[in-house]
Amino acid sequence: MLKLIIRRFGVAIPTLLVLITVSFILMHAAPGSPFSSERTLPAEVLANIEAKYHLNEPLWKQYFIYLGNLIQGDLGPSFKYKDFTVNELLAQGFPVSAKLGLVSFIVAVVFGVAFGVVAALRQNTWIDYTSMTIAMTGVVIPSFVLAPLLILIFAISYKVLPAGGWNDGGFKYLILPVIAMSTHYISAIARIMRGSMIEVLHSNFIRTAKAKGLPARQIIFKHALRPALLPVVSYLGPAFVGIITGSVVIETIFGLGGIGQLFVNGALNRDYSMVMGLTIVVGVLTIMFNAIVDILYAVIDPKIRYS
Amino acid sequence: MKTKRLALSAISASLFAGVLSVSSLQAAEVPAGVKLAKKQEIVRVNGSEPSSLDPQKIEGVPGAYVTRDLFEGLVSDSPGGGTVPGVAESWSADKTKTVYTFKLRKDAKWSNGDPITAHDFVYSFQRAVDPKLASNYSWYMELAEIKNASEIIKGKKKPFELAVRAVDDHTFEVTINKAIPYFVRMMAHYTTFPVHKATIEKYGDKWTLPSHIVSNGAYKLKDWAVNERIVLERNNHYWNDKETVINKVTYLPIVDRNTELNRYRAGDVDMGYERIALEHFRRLKKEIPDEVKVTGRASIYYYAFNNKRKPFDDVRVRKALSLAIDRDVVASKILGQGQIPTFNFTPNNLDGFVPPENPYSKMTQQQRDTEAVKLLKEAGFGKDKPLAFTLLYNTDDNHKKIAIAISSMWKKKLGAKVNLENQEWKTYLDNKRLGNYDVARAGWNGDYNEASTMLDLLTSNNSLNGSQYRNKEYDELLAKAKTAENPAEYYTKAEAIIARDMPVAPIYQDVTTRLIKPYVGGYKGNPLDNTYTKNYYIIAH
Repeated sequence: MLKLIIRRFGVAIPTLLVLITVSFILMHAAPGSPFSSERTLPAEVLANIEAKYHLNEPLWKQYFIYLGNLIQGDLGPSFKYKDFTVNELLAQGFPVSAKLGLVSFIVAVVFGVAFGVVAALRQNTWIDYTSMTIAMTGVVIPSFVLAPLLILIFAISYKVLPAGGWNDGGFKYLILPVIAMSTHYISAIARIMRGSMIEVLHSNFIRTAKAKGLPARQIIFKHALRPALLPVVSYLGPAFVGIITGSVVIETIFGLGGIGQLFVNGALNRDYSMVMGLTIVVGVLTIMFNAIVDILYAVIDPKIRYS
Repeated sequence: MKTKRLALSAISASLFAGVLSVSSLQAAEVPAGVKLAKKQEIVRVNGSEPSSLDPQKIEGVPGAYVTRDLFEGLVSDSPGGGTVPGVAESWSADKTKTVYTFKLRKDAKWSNGDPITAHDFVYSFQRAVDPKLASNYSWYMELAEIKNASEIIKGKKKPFELAVRAVDDHTFEVTINKAIPYFVRMMAHYTTFPVHKATIEKYGDKWTLPSHIVSNGAYKLKDWAVNERIVLERNNHYWNDKETVINKVTYLPIVDRNTELNRYRAGDVDMGYERIALEHFRRLKKEIPDEVKVTGRASIYYYAFNNKRKPFDDVRVRKALSLAIDRDVVASKILGQGQIPTFNFTPNNLDGFVPPENPYSKMTQQQRDTEAVKLLKEAGFGKDKPLAFTLLYNTDDNHKKIAIAISSMWKKKLGAKVNLENQEWKTYLDNKRLGNYDVARAGWNGDYNEASTMLDLLTSNNSLNGSQYRNKEYDELLAKAKTAENPAEYYTKAEAIIARDMPVAPIYQDVTTRLIKPYVGGYKGNPLDNTYTKNYYIIAH
């Protein structure tokens, strides 16, 4: 197990370096500069600005300056938000996205697994059909449709919940964004869970457990749930990164100051350091959670051998 | 007309020697009998996250709104247009009108209680042109013709050589290269706002954080969560604080107009941003007419022809395309928010501008179309040789709607084959700057309340002149206007040249459309949309 962990994290460094290099080249290859605006800046003003951010240096030199700062944990200044460094902006935005993401993730897993199990246990009954219909609807309705609908019903018509804002993640401010964010994942997890649970329930060892006269609860929770969770676990890695790094749509609609908005604005504004910083964060998280998923796999199913 | 001229002369005279110490123009004016709410707090939508709160680093509208609440310059824009005293209670110019002396209020203080002196303005002006700071708006100081600004920006002189000085603690003097009649008006811009030297020296780039910032406006910064909110509270050290009514201002950086509308309808927001979503405007105007405010804006929407590229180097082609645009359809059918169809490049609501009689505005659209067909035929284009080109615009629903409509007008009336090209903002800017286009959407919001803020755009050496138009006669007129006692006549002539050469096709004069709750009092739009929260109050509701 230790070997596996070391190996999984050992490939992380070169992977990240490739990611940084490719992102750096792509970002600089995009047309337009961080400082292009409707009013074309006089050449000398532009030169002053570019010198301040080392953009007057050759690209390879800029790359090594960036790497040198990165090693010291410095993601550089934001080109767009001039009063902040990228580190500061991430420190402000990440907790928002992380809290929203974590709550949404927990809600998605708990409800998704529960609905999936119930639907599998009541296969081909109205409970199964209803929950799968709802799940299918949840998968196909995009969050940019669901979120305004929720706002319309709960904030505008009934005025029971706020239409947006974060307010340090207060409970009532979390409700609508979490519902909007987790619905898709609840649905997806429920459908995966149902399929794998049905498969497990039809397997030989479950038949044996039933033949032995074990109570249904014990069969489900002790024998069936763990192997049925495997496909869900493999889905959770990328899903968790997707959720935790902030949904741009949800953050925009509810006006939350997470990193999702920073990412989009960074790309549109050619805020090189911001995009690079966020790419690194997302890259690290993706590598980390994929590794965790692999490790979880081994924990859940000892039959799995990594060679 | 005569009355207007007299009024303009009066305004321009008062700008050379400002003695407009009308404090009511710089604070909330609550009419008698109006009952104020106990809670004097306002939530405003701010479009997007400001790039900075440092007056010399700001670029863009969102930063400007917040900064006008946090800081105060020598002068301010009056709610209804025009200029009123700010930190300077009066000003005067010498005989040559190249040396301006501003007398500063003795009771003006920073939010930490320090007195504001002329030295603060010297420091701030020098800072704005300092290459080390690399301000995106340093060119503004050049535009204001402050002596040595250009050389300092180019690195040929040192910031301390900028021709500004503190005669004494309360007398600030600026020397300009040539007498420009709108110099004082330009001092309402945030780039010229004073900043607190000791704070900047202590905290460097971090001086704008809520725990550090020292400002001199009606409000001070309390809280700043990027992409979420900016909260300001009343600055008790502000010289006119007794006249301020609103105690707390919250700015929300809401980008999406539909989200803004939702927040407004849910009651989270009291005052919207400068633009109501087109698809909702008519309905809102019907449902809540009192809450939809429309103000004329110093802003023009136009199509720029690449005058260097064939066949757009031919005035007949440019004119044909411009005349074939049915501006009424664009302004009233597609937009319908009060935009004014125009053939002039300068919006008619700018101080000192007398809109000229444009030969084409008097024609019917049918006459214009006939003329357009004739001109295009003369230029050698017709059914057997259709005019084919690309229309470039940046990604935006409204631009798209307008581009589709206009290209179909060109196709239907002139048989032109128009390829629509939509590009993401920065890519579009790059291509426009490099001249990689045939015809491109363009627009401009005035920086200051005077016609040259628009007309300068088409001068030969202007970096904004994306249309590549070069005309000596036009340049000379604008140069003369800069030092003229009454520049209006030159502006009128310049507009006549634009009508003759049609380097661009002006389409409509824009408006500011804003949602405001009926309990917000004191709102009065102005052409630059320079709003100040200190002028507002919340009525009991």
